[in-house]
This record gives sequence, structure tokens and C-alpha cells, in this order.
Amino acid sequence: MIADSRLAPRRRLGGTAGILLTGFCSALAAGLLIVILGYVAIQGWGAINPAFVTQLPHPVGVPDGGVGNGIVGTIIIVAIAAVIAVPIGVLTGLYLAVYGRGLSAELIRFLAEVLSGVPSIAIGLFAYTICVKPFAHFSAFSASFAFAVLMLPLMIRTSEEAIRGVPTSIREGALALGLPDYGGVVHVVLPAARPLIVTGLLLAIARVTGETAPLLFTAFGSQFWELNPANPMAVLALQIFTYAISPYDDWHRQAWGGALLLILAVLVLNVGARLALGRHGKKS
Amino acid sequence: MILAADGGTAGIQAGAEVKVRVRDLNVYYGTNHAIRDASLDIEQSQVTALIGPSGCGKSTFVRAINRMHDLTPSARVSGSVEIDGVDVYSRRVDPIVMRRRVAMVFQRPNPFPMSIFDNVAYGLRVNGERDRVRIAGLVEDSLRRAVLWDEVKDRMSDSGITLSGGQQQRLCIARVLALRPEVILMDEPASALDPIATVKIEELIAELRRDYTVVIVTHSMAQAGRVSDRTAFFLDGSIVEVGTTTQIFTRPKDRRTEDYITGRFG
Ligand SMILES: Nc1ncnc2c1ncn2[C@@H]1O[C@H](COP(=O)(O)OP(=O)(O)O)[C@@H](O)[C@H]1O
Ligand SMILES: [Mg+2]
Repeated sequence: MIADSRLAPRRRLGGTAGILLTGFCSALAAGLLIVILGYVAIQGWGAINPAFVTQLPHPVGVPDGGVGNGIVGTIIIVAIAAVIAVPIGVLTGLYLAVYGRGLSAELIRFLAEVLSGVPSIAIGLFAYTICVKPFAHFSAFSASFAFAVLMLPLMIRTSEEAIRGVPTSIREGALALGLPDYGGVVHVVLPAARPLIVTGLLLAIARVTGETAPLLFTAFGSQFWELNPANPMAVLALQIFTYAISPYDDWHRQAWGGALLLILAVLVLNVGARLALGRHGKKS
Repeated sequence: MILAADGGTAGIQAGAEVKVRVRDLNVYYGTNHAIRDASLDIEQSQVTALIGPSGCGKSTFVRAINRMHDLTPSARVSGSVEIDGVDVYSRRVDPIVMRRRVAMVFQRPNPFPMSIFDNVAYGLRVNGERDRVRIAGLVEDSLRRAVLWDEVKDRMSDSGITLSGGQQQRLCIARVLALRPEVILMDEPASALDPIATVKIEELIAELRRDYTVVIVTHSMAQAGRVSDRTAFFLDGSIVEVGTTTQIFTRPKDRRTEDYITGRFG
């Protein structure tokens, strides 16, 4: 039976077809990505110059102008979001990985999973309801809040996995030195998990950096250099949106330029995440 | 220090100083009865080897001595383990303080993800030592005792993970010595090491005997013969026989011990 040659050609054919089909789809996917990236690069490249990244937007018809305030606003909003999401996410991940058993842990994991599937516009609406409406005032902070909620499930999951990945033997070693369990966890387990947690953070930041929907009714946008998180603030993704739906060619070009900047930022974050991971992998 | 008035277990010479007295120890993992009514006297300043086939409960037994089972939710322990006459399972014993006196070295080296120096200094700092000069002195002293000093003295700030397996294990021993424990429990400390590293660890254990009470789990009878003064033979969760290593290896009283020693099973 092993040498039954009648079946062999057909199987070989099946194998070849499989390789062709999967290969074709992979090429299609890769090709699409390259076309999108290439198109954005070609369209956006012309718009990018020193003025574009450092200046305020100009009114229609006035040449030049930039998205400098949007870049700064994006950084501020994402940074505040990270400051909120990191401690909560890491501590929740720690709880799940080290102490979390039974129903409460399962419930938290389930909720985090559900949260990660909630559309960002719904989270934006939620942020609007509790951070904007009561004060009758759009604010960068409300956008940070929405971003933090978006980052939280990612931070929880990557932290839990990172901390789980630390061998129990290391925790036992700390315990056997007469350390209280939380001492070993804080001083030994968390540092060991840090590279993976940093990777998760970079990916979470990359994930929210281009989010636009929740910004529409939280950060709202601004024409000025706005640094106070209590006020409406310009955000790059919002500027792209506004420029793209405008009827002016000038603004369309700027929208492409902004899109290229966002893609570059996400690319840098992803490469950074890979590097952090690579260093970790080599060390252990 | 309390002198043993009576040697409850066979094979104890009257008057020998008992450091750890285990009585009627039972350990369960869920419904798995891993240690059954085990009693053992471990003598001061001696190396006691625990031998027996894999899965017979040696690790479970040593881990019960310094309450490492506290970390395993499914594990349940009954019976008593007295150190200098105080039951470590009694309410008034703080397991965290107790584990500084009854330290443990594990099968796989588990250095912390920090520098070589910090690996040893860490336990000192956590236990309240703040004086930098004293810490540096104790770190050097511990590394010397663990016969690792000469190999690492020029690279103290390298990560402990960059050391070889044998060096990592000696680092873990140094880490434990820095806390000046009274009892050192070792669970197959050389089983993950190459033969040369194993020899170094064995020489180190012979050194430690002078100042510490050492309990070493080993699956290698040759190793038990080389490093230990007394040997306990485990089988299926029970202690079959205890005696001086010479007696166990040359004149075992129990048929099952003899079968194991002569390699007829396990
Ligand atoms: N954490 C655990 N949970 C459940 N069962 C365990 C656990 N550790 C050990 N056991 C069981 O207890 C018995 C004794 O194991 P162990 O003490 O590791 O033996 P040894 O060290 O002599 O090889 C074995 O049947 C093993 O399967
Ligand atoms: Mg074992």
C-alpha cells in the first residue's frame, strides 16, 4: 500500500494546487499591502516638508501650513492614555497571572476580551458621555480616556502572558530566600517580564495612534498650539479626516501627508516592539 | 538548639543533635497521597541524602520542610516538622522568617534576572541590610564560600543569566549562603549540570557540611555515597529505611532498599 503509485500523481497534483492557491493568496495580500503603502507614500511624500511637521494649519488658499499641532496633540493624548492604561493593565495582568484563579479571574478575562471587541466609536461615545458632557467642554483628556480604554485589554493580555512566561522557579527562588510573595513578584517577576510588557505597550500605542472615531467627540480638534489637556486639542488623525473630506486639492495633499506620517509612526512602533522582543529572546 | 532526647526513628544514635524532626508527615495533592506517614530525624551539621526512584515523593518531602507547598493551592500537609523543637506549621511561625533559616536550592538553577552582584545582595537588602560596605563584604564572602568568586569577580555587573549552568547553580547557592541559613535543602542540585560542574557542586556540599545542616535529594546513588553522612530511602511516598550512608549502602536492613541499591529496580 505504501508504494501504491496510482494515488501518487493525484496527491502530488493536490499538493501542487495547494501550494499554488495559498501562495497566490499570500502574494495577493502582500501585494495589496505594498500597493497601499506605496500609494500613500507617493501621494503623501510631496506634502511632507519641514513646514508641514512644524507649522500650524493655514486657511484654505494660503500656501504651506502644516500639522505640527496635530503631531504634538497626538503625542500628548497617547502619552496620557498610556499613563492611565499601563498601571491598571499591568496590575490586572499580574493579578490574573499570579493570583487569578476561579470565577473572578475568568470574569475579568472575559470582560477584557469583550472590551477588546467593542468598536472604538462606542468607546468614544462613552468617553463623551462621562468626560465631555458633564463639563460641556471637549478636551484632550477625554480622548486620552477613550484611548486608555482601548489600550487596556491589550495591556492586560500582554502583561498576563509576559508574567506567566516567567518560570515559577524564579518566584520560588525568591520565596525560598525569605521574601514575602509580593516582594518576589514586584522585585523579581515583574523585571523579568518587563521586555515583553514593553513590547505589548508599543503595540498598544501603535493600535490607538491612528484611531479617529473616538476623537470626533472628545479631542474635537483645534487650530492652535494647544498643550492643555483640559482643552480641545488638534490630533493628526482628526486633521487627516477633516482635510480628506474637504473639497480642496491643497488639503487633500496634506491629508495624504498626514496619513504617511501616521503609517511611519506605526511602523517605527512595530519595529521597536520587534527589537524589544528580540533582545529579550537573545538574553534568555 | 535542642538536643534530641529520644531518637524516635530507627538508626539514630542516642545523643545525636537533631536539627529537623519530621513526624507523621502526610502530603496530598488533591486526592493524590504523595507522602504517607513519614518520620525522619535530620541531624545537625550532617549531610542527609534522600534517595529513591523518581516520583516516590522526595521533592514533596523536602518542600514540606520549609513550607514551599504554601504556594501550591492543591497541596495539603499534615503532621509536624520541628526545627530546633518548633513546629514550622504552628500558627506562631512566620513562614517568611522561617525560610531565611531553612533555605532551598532548586533542581534547575534559577538566578534572578539581575546582575551577579544583585543576585546575592538582593536577599540581604530585602531582609533589611542597608550598609553598602557590609553588603559588598557579605556578597564576596558568600561567593567565595560557593567557590564562584574567582570566576565572577571581574564581571559582577553582568547578568546572572549569562553564567554557565554550573556557575548559575553556585550563584544560587551563594545567594542562599548570604542569608546565613541554618538548614540548606537541595533538590537534585546537580541533575541539570554537566559532570565537571557536578563535581564542583559536590565538593561545595562537602565544605558546607561544617557550618550547615544539609538535606540533599538525589537520584544518583553514587552522589549520595560521595556527599552524604546519612541516607533515607523513599519508596511510594514512605520512608523505607534510614541510616548512615555506609550502613544503607553496605548492609541495608530492608529487602526493598537492597533491591534499589543493587539496581534490581527503579
Ligand atoms: N504540584 C504537584 N501537583 C500534583 N501532583 C504532584 C505535584 N508535584 C508532585 N506531584 C506528585 O507527587 C508524587 C511525588 O512527586 P515528587 O515529590 O516530585 O517525587 P520525586 O521528587 O521523588 O521524583 C508524584 O506522584 C507526582 O506526580
Ligand atoms: Mg523530584
